[in-house]
Amino acid sequence: MTEKLHTFVDKLKAENGSWVVDVTDAHGEVTVTVPREAIVDVCRFLRDEHGFDLLADLCGADRGPEEDPRFEVNYHLFSTTHHNRLRLKVVLSEDDAHVATVTQIWRTADWHERETYDLVGVRFDGHPDLRRILLPSDFDGHALRKDYPLRGYEPYSLN
Amino acid sequence: MATAVENIRSTEVLDTALESQMTLSMGPQHPSTHGVLRLDLRLDGELVIKAIPDIGYLHTGMEKLFEYKKYQQGIVITDRMDYLNPLGNNLAYVMAAEKLLGLEIPERAQIVRVLMCELQRIASHMVWFGTSCLDMGAMTPFWFTFKEREKILNLIESASGGRMTPSYFRIGGLMMDLPAGFENRVKQFLENFPDALNTFDTLITGNPIWQNRTMGIGVISKEDAIDWGLTGPCLRGSGVDLDLRRDDPYTGYETYDFEVPTEPDGDVWSRFKVRMRELVESYKIVRQALERLKPGPIKADAPKVVLPDRDDMRKHMDSLIHHFLIVAEGFNVPPGEVYHAIEASKGELGVYMRSNGGPKPERVHFRGPSFVNLSALPVMSEGEMIADVVAIIGSLDIVLGEIDR
Repeated sequence: MTEKLHTFVDKLKAENGSWVVDVTDAHGEVTVTVPREAIVDVCRFLRDEHGFDLLADLCGADRGPEEDPRFEVNYHLFSTTHHNRLRLKVVLSEDDAHVATVTQIWRTADWHERETYDLVGVRFDGHPDLRRILLPSDFDGHALRKDYPLRGYEPYSLN
Repeated sequence: MATAVENIRSTEVLDTALESQMTLSMGPQHPSTHGVLRLDLRLDGELVIKAIPDIGYLHTGMEKLFEYKKYQQGIVITDRMDYLNPLGNNLAYVMAAEKLLGLEIPERAQIVRVLMCELQRIASHMVWFGTSCLDMGAMTPFWFTFKEREKILNLIESASGGRMTPSYFRIGGLMMDLPAGFENRVKQFLENFPDALNTFDTLITGNPIWQNRTMGIGVISKEDAIDWGLTGPCLRGSGVDLDLRRDDPYTGYETYDFEVPTEPDGDVWSRFKVRMRELVESYKIVRQALERLKPGPIKADAPKVVLPDRDDMRKHMDSLIHHFLIVAEGFNVPPGEVYHAIEASKGELGVYMRSNGGPKPERVHFRGPSFVNLSALPVMSEGEMIADVVAIIGSLDIVLGEIDR
């Protein structure tokens, strides 16, 4: 079912073996874990050479404060011509949570990266306008981190 | 000594060239911004030099909330995102969970899902049609389209009990089967709908004012549309022939006969035309789904995930236990991650769901089509007149509940 997706992984490996750290195949989806340093090159290669022209989604996830690496950024690529999907994943440690922006490859990454920065706290190097997008600019912390309490640090009260 | 007011009224002040540029804050309360969108507009006279969308006024923290709710409780949260297309949100969410669970959904449930989603798409497009006309000063279409939408909401209400928040789809199938007489009521709606479409066409499509307000306005090229991640009617309005129902099918959409309308120009008019033609295609799909509807189970055969029937609960101890456990403790979903995307009324609605094996998801992320479509607003509106910005926002069909999530 996912054989065609594995051909893209093989092409990635053939282009540069160090680009593919890990490959997971589950639920009909293929996930390629990519080293942080290579994400821009991998994205450009997949867009230019293999038709993954649409960045469908980009989102961050927090595995929890006890995990190392703690954060991950997931890139959901889609092709408007051959209609395949591929997920790229970059894992980041807590004390070094930054990755290069892909806004120069897909401009749609702009808001996705701002949202990930805002809610998870991953910084995107080279982003043209890395500001909070959903939360106020003076908001304290990153709300989607696992150690951020559901009701915030200072719950609303009538006092 | 002249007062300040006299100074302002004096011809000297009026004749002097003022600073030609100004900043205008449009929204967040203005009705044409469809909710709570604020636009920071830099203007030169009435010409838009720069447009910066400012969102987040509504931010409801839904993605955080999912992590604290059991899987089945998350369904009601999804209703409140794109509140004009709640059944689409339900579908994307439950299908992501079903993918993780490896559930197989009975045929009748799949057909009912298609039927309801297409009715919901028509209802969603009705709101878009009415409100975008209203934005541009045409009030009459609003009354006509909301009348049709009301009929669909009545149908949805009869099946699920909710009008705006139906939560009709459940992980593993449907909440309950369609009520008696539902099919006849849908047929009745379908009989009258072509006349309604003709009315909309007569009112708007041939109207020269409408054409002047939309043709050549807010143009985005095919390449830019893909680059900005546009999906749905906004992408198809730029000439890209892509529809997930056909190209990345789910719920058996590949077996239905329908066309994917595209328009080449990428302007407000093209997006309008695409949606108008989509209404006809949705109508066709609803007809086909009705013809296919045969009696059968509406829930998957998974007693540990799907609530048992009431009758079973009264007769069998096992069913009672399952019911109690599912409601009180939820069900465990195997560890893993999925991204499931559907073609919602506004474009690709994707759900990224991660499970660590417990009864609550570890992470749920919604890729809202309105969020992405809105990010391209500056490209479309820079260089246009300020009145055109209203037309462009209307043509994007945004819902802020989905943008701010």
